[in-house]
Amino acid sequence: MAGPSSILGKKEREALIDPLFNNNPIAVQVLGICSALAVTTKLDKAIVMAIALTLVTGFSSLSISIIRNLVPTNVRIIIQLTIIASLVIIADQILKAFVPTISKQLSVYVGLIITNCIVMGRAEAYALQNPPLLSFLDGIGNGLGYSMILVIVGIIRELFGSGKILGYTILKPITEGGWYQPNGLMLMAPGALFIIAILIWLLRTWKPELQEKE
Amino acid sequence: MLEHYLGLFIKSAFIENMALAFFLGMCSFMAVSRRVETAIGLGTAVIFVLVLAVVVSNLVYNYLLREGALAWAHPSLANVDLSFLSFLAYIGSIAALVQLVEMFVDRYAPRLYSALGIFLPLIAVNCAILGAALFMEQRDYNLVDSVVFALGAGIGWALAIIGMASIREKLRYSNVPAGLRGLGLAFMLTGLMALGFLAFSGIQL
Repeated sequence: MAGPSSILGKKEREALIDPLFNNNPIAVQVLGICSALAVTTKLDKAIVMAIALTLVTGFSSLSISIIRNLVPTNVRIIIQLTIIASLVIIADQILKAFVPTISKQLSVYVGLIITNCIVMGRAEAYALQNPPLLSFLDGIGNGLGYSMILVIVGIIRELFGSGKILGYTILKPITEGGWYQPNGLMLMAPGALFIIAILIWLLRTWKPELQEKE
Repeated sequence: MLEHYLGLFIKSAFIENMALAFFLGMCSFMAVSRRVETAIGLGTAVIFVLVLAVVVSNLVYNYLLREGALAWAHPSLANVDLSFLSFLAYIGSIAALVQLVEMFVDRYAPRLYSALGIFLPLIAVNCAILGAALFMEQRDYNLVDSVVFALGAGIGWALAIIGMASIREKLRYSNVPAGLRGLGLAFMLTGLMALGFLAFSGIQL
């Protein structure tokens, strides 16, 4: 086997790939949904948020894993929060400097990466028990699982809500002389919830072992 | 004057509902809405902590972080702008606050503690709390404004989760398609509730 996968062992590959489908943080573990819904009205916002979250998760897992044997268990939460908050401050400053308009649109949701349960959840569930490289890959993998859902929802909402993708007109709306009647519901809060519900439904029909027994 | 505060309260509780319009606190909203009783417990705890946290963040922001805020300490500090530290300061004060509240409630109101106990630590990472603090900073509320805003936001969130739990209790006996069971349906329901709350956006204040 050539390609990048041969560099990584089986465990590393699992840490990176598993969170995409079988253990997707949003659809399966129900983590970090707040921002997934709020920032997806436009695809560019969703992509910026996804990159920021993936990097923050990766590096927070990496740093927490490096110091995992030095930190006493009863103060670990506050230490994790401090590490994550510092990384988010860096991310926020970078966004403000390089993509100021998108950073404005994302408003409070960049700061809310701190309380995004994916970051904290991976730190608690994985980085505290595993060596740095594996933890880093696990963080990046979970970030990518999150990004995948964010980008899908972002595409659906922007395409059907305003007929555009990344600002380029795909379906020409009636107001600009075209034929497409934009579906305003997509841009509002309920639309996002319905799309996530349908995505979860599809994923769980495809992989029945993920279904809940009630 | 009273009108202004009433307007702010209604706006933060219904029109800009934390859970249904801004999706804040969704993780616990989904996880703890299976039973009405626990939903009421968590809702009360959130109202309580939200008000305290926003007030503390407001003081921290106005007297420590914002540009020129440190002038009270020494005139040479009048140009210091620490607002980039706001995330760290808020999450730190929220975590500390939750710890204090937990100890205080445990000591002086043991019955309340046994009712709220398990939810209090959960709240430190509830994004509704940090979200409210960040909204407070972004919209530049003063102290009284932020108390009213926090009260409205907390009550709105609690109403949403209690409503959600009541619906989910009723649904226990319905025949739901296998793939939609649990989480999927919870999202559908939240969507429908959000649709209902959209009706409030027509209110002119």
